[in-house]
Amino acid sequence: MSQQIYFEDIEVGSELPTVRKDPTSQQLVKYAGASGDYYQIHYDKDFAKNNNLPDIILHGALKNAFLGQLMTDFVGTEGNLKKLSVQYRAMDIPGTPVFAKGIVKKKYTEDNENIVECEIRLETHEGKVTTPGYAVASLPSKQ
Amino acid sequence: MSESVITQDMRDAIGVESDPVVNEVEKGAIIKFAQAIGDDNPIYNDENAARSTKYGGLIAPPTFLRSMRVGANIVNVKSPYSANLDGGSEWEYFEPIRPGDLITVTQYLADLHERQGRLGNMLIMVRETKYMNQFGNVAALQRSTGISYQPA
Repeated sequence: MSQQIYFEDIEVGSELPTVRKDPTSQQLVKYAGASGDYYQIHYDKDFAKNNNLPDIILHGALKNAFLGQLMTDFVGTEGNLKKLSVQYRAMDIPGTPVFAKGIVKKKYTEDNENIVECEIRLETHEGKVTTPGYAVASLPSKQ
Repeated sequence: MSESVITQDMRDAIGVESDPVVNEVEKGAIIKFAQAIGDDNPIYNDENAARSTKYGGLIAPPTFLRSMRVGANIVNVKSPYSANLDGGSEWEYFEPIRPGDLITVTQYLADLHERQGRLGNMLIMVRETKYMNQFGNVAALQRSTGISYQPA
């Protein structure tokens, strides 16, 4: 498992380690099977086009999962993800990489918990943000 | 602005909780889900490695709850439009989800409204979902936004 990060290691403005994903049409089929979401816009190009979509698109929930991984990788096993919100503002097409990124916006202690609040986002390889979000997590302390 | 597609029946459904559905969490389903999202974190994939963590065993990734079945009574707020998009979700997490957990899922329609967008008139449905474990603790809450529209 990766090195645990501690509350003391973090400052407002700290960037989270980027998570790169390379979604393929095969991954969308795997996700459909694992999640039970068999809506055809995610694997049937003709169906997607008949629904006025440009191509098959990533499940919003898969993008949510990528941003979930961004946070759980960041806080490590000793940290806890408390809140995760995502908004699907634009569609993502399989076949090109996407990047889950984030930055620490707030850091404070509340009810004996060391809290960090992060602005998170999923970007295309061209840097377009398709999925902004926000997350709140607790981190362990060195003390 | 076209005429509203929101009927009184749909409005009456706001706040009505769906029939509870119990979902058993299977270890294989957790691992399959983690593989599908491409997350190789040992706490989702490797029982032996997960045992040495504070969880003492495998847990599910945060969005695994998306795979759970929800009661069917939400059918009576079915959109008149045939196409759907997911608008987003807000999650709050309180308890880890473990293999063997029995998660009771309930959901209600929290809000309904319409908006004009590039896909034409869009019906926005906001749903709140509660995931409760077998100990009576709320493991997670989810507020999700669904968008439906009529393809041209």
